[in-house]
Amino acid sequence: MEFRISSNRYELIFSPTRVGAMALRYFYLLRGSWPRYLELAYWPTVQMILWGFITEFLATNSSYVGQAFGVLLSAVLLWDVMFRGQLGVSISFFEEMWSRNLGHLFVSPLRPYEMILALTAMSLVRTIIGIVPASILAIVFFDYSVYGLGISLVAFFVNLLVMGWAVGLIVAGMVLRFGLGAESLAWVAIFALAPISGIYYPISVLPSWLQVVAQALPSSYVFEGMRSIIRDGVVLTEHMVIAGMLNVIYLLIGAIIFLAFFRSARIKGLLLGVGE
Amino acid sequence: MAEPAIIVKNLTKRYDSVLAVDAINFVVEPGSITALLGGNGAGKTTTIAMLLGLLLPTSGSISVLGIDMIRDRYKVLPRMNFSSPYVEMPKRLTVAENLKVYAALYGISHIKRRICEIAEAMDIVSLLNRRLGNLSAGQKTRVALAKALINQPDILLLDEPTASLDPDTADWVRQYFVRYHETKGATLLIASHNMEEVERLCSDVIMMKKGKVVDCGAPSQLIKRYGRGNMEEVFLDIVRGDTGE
Repeated sequence: MEFRISSNRYELIFSPTRVGAMALRYFYLLRGSWPRYLELAYWPTVQMILWGFITEFLATNSSYVGQAFGVLLSAVLLWDVMFRGQLGVSISFFEEMWSRNLGHLFVSPLRPYEMILALTAMSLVRTIIGIVPASILAIVFFDYSVYGLGISLVAFFVNLLVMGWAVGLIVAGMVLRFGLGAESLAWVAIFALAPISGIYYPISVLPSWLQVVAQALPSSYVFEGMRSIIRDGVVLTEHMVIAGMLNVIYLLIGAIIFLAFFRSARIKGLLLGVGE
Repeated sequence: MAEPAIIVKNLTKRYDSVLAVDAINFVVEPGSITALLGGNGAGKTTTIAMLLGLLLPTSGSISVLGIDMIRDRYKVLPRMNFSSPYVEMPKRLTVAENLKVYAALYGISHIKRRICEIAEAMDIVSLLNRRLGNLSAGQKTRVALAKALINQPDILLLDEPTASLDPDTADWVRQYFVRYHETKGATLLIASHNMEEVERLCSDVIMMKKGKVVDCGAPSQLIKRYGRGNMEEVFLDIVRGDTGE
């Protein structure tokens, strides 16, 4: 019996089946380990609870927070979208390195850009698993629903997720090129952007030169947009458009850097050798 | 005469100051079982990695089944596969999950049926729902072979396929290679340190030393040429001698 498909399908430069195969591989990994589900939801929940109580305290002591109770809680939850989005890409890729599986994957017809698509698909799943329980608990504990942000929440979510992907791809590429010794980049990279993303404060409090840097980050537009809705009830559509355009550039840069490091790994012979 | 399965011309790989593979040339005939031999550091694994497209050569060319491997590897990768004890599969996935992922990557159309078939052939049916990390070395080797054969490859590259196996499992694996080669007419390229295995399985031998191909021919020809009793002695002659230095 012949199980192989036709040679024409072999030569497809893009195959949803191969992307699906990789997404399935990460899903199996997730499905087989309940601690992973727990871990995904744990930090967003802990952060939300911590900042929720801080917010309750500040609400009686700060006119700024008092005027807009949800600012800090929404900021915490949305920041975690970006962080989880980045980790979702980086950690899924590290799984291949930890299991010394890259050699097998890349002697198959799997293209590197198909791998990128699978990583981003899995990042979406992991982020939703992480954020949704925390957002529901915010309603239970603090009677605050981030879903009150309305349709803008979708734009915030997508923009932060995509920016997380861009950073995640750069981190994954660097770890592929420089080895698992650079693994800690996954945990620190995104936090370098936190102070200039204006998560908990407007970027106008930053020094003027740093404001210029902040304006180049999609995340700063998202958090400004979020505050505008909660505080003034105004949707800053142009902010989301700018964030979206910047994200297209960032994602392209992330993918190009990942592919460049992948090529470099092929030149240096790293695909066979990497592992724990 | 049929076109060679693999043609390697002036293939070179240099890592900074280290010349790992030095302008090698060889041909692997279609339907043959060919051994790639050499001591540690001879360049076997580097050569296999280049044949698979995992490693970019510094210069030279590789043609696999008539396809330029450096430029168009995706045209031929679906018809190849590979097994090595140094490249593993995800340990936390079950055997069936691993095979399902690889079957999908290779575009197999009837995945369940193919997994059942290969699991029976590899005698791993009872292992399908067990996590790979919980299997013994011999069981893992059979799973790795199931993965290597999932797409019924025309070209199978095997890096030390029986390393760390007990004699019984190693013998079973060799018998399977012979059966697969005979029924499928596939080309097998095997990097091995086991000379008995090479004599038993291989119709051709390519000897490497210090990144160069220093000799090639049928095992019986090499044994005769070096005036030795077996391939083990020929191997030692070449590795310890001044050939290729």
